[in-house]
Amino acid sequence: MFIYACKRFGVAVLVAITVSLLSFSLIYLSGDPAMALAGESATSEDIENIRRVYGYDQPIMVQYVDWLSRVVQGDFGRSHYLKREVAEVIFERLPTTMLLGACALGFAILLSIPLGVLAAIRPNTIIDRLALTLAVVGQALPSFWFALILIFWLGITWRLLPITGTASWQNFIMPAVALGYYVTPAIMRLTRAGMLEVLSSDYIRTARAKGLKPATVLFKHALRNAIIPVVSLAAVQFGFMLGGSIVIETIFAINGLGFLAWETIQRGDLPTMQAIVLVLACFYIVLTFLADMLNAFLDPRIRVA
Amino acid sequence: MSAPNPTINGTLAGAPVVAQILEPSPGAILRRRIFGHVGLVLGGAFLVLIIAMALLAPFLAPHDPLDQELSRKLIPPIWHDSPKATWEHPLGTDLFGRDYFSRLIYGSQISLLIGFAAMLISGVIGTTLGVLAGYFGGRVDMVVNFIITTRLSMPVVLVALAVVSLIGNSLWIVIWVLGLLIWDRFAVVMRSSTQQMRNLDYVAAAQALGCSTFRIIVTEIMPNILNNLIVVATVEMAHAILLEAALSFLGLGVQPPAPSWGLMIAEGKGFMFFQPWLIGIPGAALFILILSINLLGDGVRDVTAPENQN
Amino acid sequence: MADRILEVNNLTVDIPVPSGMLHAVQGVSFSVGRGETLCIVGESGCGKSLTSLAIMDLLPANASRTADKLEHDGVDILNIGENRMANIRGNTMGMIFQEPMTSLNPAYTISNQLEEALLRHKKVGRGEARERAVFLLEKVGITAASNRLRQYPHQLSGGLRQRVMIAMTLMCGPDLIIADEPTTALDVTIQAQILLLLAELQKEFHMGLILITHDLGVVARVADRVAVMYAGQLVEQGTATQVFENPTNPYTQGLLDCIPIPGKTARGAHLGSIPGIVPSLIGDLNGCRFADRCPYAKDECVAKDIEFRAAFEAGHSYRCVLSPEVCAKNAQRKLIA
Repeated sequence: MFIYACKRFGVAVLVAITVSLLSFSLIYLSGDPAMALAGESATSEDIENIRRVYGYDQPIMVQYVDWLSRVVQGDFGRSHYLKREVAEVIFERLPTTMLLGACALGFAILLSIPLGVLAAIRPNTIIDRLALTLAVVGQALPSFWFALILIFWLGITWRLLPITGTASWQNFIMPAVALGYYVTPAIMRLTRAGMLEVLSSDYIRTARAKGLKPATVLFKHALRNAIIPVVSLAAVQFGFMLGGSIVIETIFAINGLGFLAWETIQRGDLPTMQAIVLVLACFYIVLTFLADMLNAFLDPRIRVA
Repeated sequence: MSAPNPTINGTLAGAPVVAQILEPSPGAILRRRIFGHVGLVLGGAFLVLIIAMALLAPFLAPHDPLDQELSRKLIPPIWHDSPKATWEHPLGTDLFGRDYFSRLIYGSQISLLIGFAAMLISGVIGTTLGVLAGYFGGRVDMVVNFIITTRLSMPVVLVALAVVSLIGNSLWIVIWVLGLLIWDRFAVVMRSSTQQMRNLDYVAAAQALGCSTFRIIVTEIMPNILNNLIVVATVEMAHAILLEAALSFLGLGVQPPAPSWGLMIAEGKGFMFFQPWLIGIPGAALFILILSINLLGDGVRDVTAPENQN
Repeated sequence: MADRILEVNNLTVDIPVPSGMLHAVQGVSFSVGRGETLCIVGESGCGKSLTSLAIMDLLPANASRTADKLEHDGVDILNIGENRMANIRGNTMGMIFQEPMTSLNPAYTISNQLEEALLRHKKVGRGEARERAVFLLEKVGITAASNRLRQYPHQLSGGLRQRVMIAMTLMCGPDLIIADEPTTALDVTIQAQILLLLAELQKEFHMGLILITHDLGVVARVADRVAVMYAGQLVEQGTATQVFENPTNPYTQGLLDCIPIPGKTARGAHLGSIPGIVPSLIGDLNGCRFADRCPYAKDECVAKDIEFRAAFEAGHSYRCVLSPEVCAKNAQRKLIA
């Protein structure tokens, strides 16, 4: 287990370094960063000045190492759009996005796992068909359109829920549903498939041959094994949701990382863009690492090797 | 006792001949399974309709999708009980007075083109990586796995938005950015399919016969993972179309005045309370397109899945 | 306390398949006494396993089971409902499966899986359950039992896992154990150990044992009574001596020809084989299932269903149109040839 964790951690660090290199190289996509920074009316002297001040005249590897060493110390530079320290803004906005993501994942799990289990216990019945139909429809619904529909009915027509901001917990219901529903089909299908496979396995027959109660067979023996791959998927989906929060936060005007990303991307605010990409990627890396550790804990075949 | 009884052999040999005659051919079975699959037929039919709509757009569209006529703006669609509704504009007009029906028809071209082209690009990248990793294993597999993990940790929407905003947004830039970003599922699925194939005896037999690696991959492995490839291709095509719509919705994808469905929803957003059809119609179109692609993919998977062969 | 721990009368299992109804088990009747070992033998797919699953009421959901009588310890278990059947399963009636590698849940320790059966059926504390588990693991020949209890199934070999499975079925002290090819998946060297262990435990705890196998060598060593199945039907039943010494049904004769018997089969002699294949059990079936492959088949064999009939000795019966005398003569002739 310890060796497995160390190996897995090593890979995570390597991936993080690669991602940092990629997000660093974002600045070179637009061509000359100094020119972009200086604006259209700048003279060549101004540009030269900026190039020196920001270190753009150094070799790229030197710039990268320089940038990375500052990032590791929590210094993402200064946002020229917000006129503030990037790190400060990000840590201000991050909790909102995390909260939104957690609510969305909670909604998705509460909906998809019971549905998947039910569908697996009663394959080819109405419940199963209903769950599958829901999955097919859910996967085809563009999230931003679904969010607008929610706003139209729940927010404007029936006035049940507030449509913008983060003032109360009610503000999070629609965004969480709009963000979470999109991952329910995948989790539901995996739960269903896993349960179907496990329920037809030999050890479930053994459990039944022991005369165990149906609930014991289902939850202790079947779900426990079927849930293992679902944990990994949920972690991956949580990462995707943080990325997808940019759409939902923009629609619901939620002051999180996604909204920040949209604002700064439109303004071409490079340091903030880089920082958000890096922070979300690192969060994803940490998340999948933790999911793997949880998996190892749940599956003795990995834990006790 | 050890000599087989000739009469028994006779009846046994006779039976399969009759059975062969009565048994439908594999092609007929496949046809029956395809047409017996409601989702596959429905999805396929709708997709064919939408493709036909895109190809025949110049003949089908009653107006130029870009023609502005501010005096005729925000006409409601024909089913609205309004004196302004007219068969001249069956789906109404947007806030610049452009014919919504024509924009919808031309919009299908953008969605299909982006979906198809981005799927092709990502398919080539992902399949190459996946097949190489699955076939060679070992170090190659490790490296490819690392590349996949790195790619998965980059948030797609965010990176796509950032890149598009930095290098400019034309249709082809959106296509390339999406194609270069969403190959991960191709790689993951092709890798595991190839791994399974790789361990089968007939691949070992082909190796023993001295077939070249390239030949084995192309003639022995690819045909057997083709069904998985088609399924992933449909998923990724739908994914690309949704991503383009989201990018355009956020204002960083296809640029106005092009009739992208995502852009149409973004433009109609401000009027959604009094003119809900402005977001309803392009959204429904997007939904139907994605649904039919997904149904087609699910259908292909069901029909070709080995457990359903009997 | 009935002397017969299990009585099965006219048991039938039907499974719907796309091309019709699969008559997997047809009219099977037998009984097992306390302290008796019944071996059910036959080829793969003859319905042995489904018979045992039908007794335990563990058939696949789509299979249907009918019987005139199914009694465990004098109590009807045919129509007692799932709840009361669950109280019997694992308690007074246990089952050991073919695949020890996959029959244990990978997520739980051996102790958890052993003890849960006892905790489910008897009013005992965890400590008592642990003691019983250690006692039984030692009984089935596992050393350092208390260490093994902490381990997970993937840490044990196939032979050890099957020993654990045996201990698991013994936890509640059952009257009857059904072992469905318990050694097929194991190494040859371990097979004999496990079977002898089962036979020993059966004697020690005075249980009924139904041993399902296609290994006739094993049958000869442990069986009190033998039932031979072919294509979903019983074709011969009797004491081990009766069936082995005087096989009467032509299929049983053919089956016994296929194995060498020390002292009887001459060195270098040809072993027999039965030509042809097992008939499909889908759709309406008539006449003798073995007629296609039987060297003595006559017209009347396929005309109507063949009844079970008594052989020479009491307790020995078989299914064939031929009289016991003719069958015995056939067997003689074959030995000479």
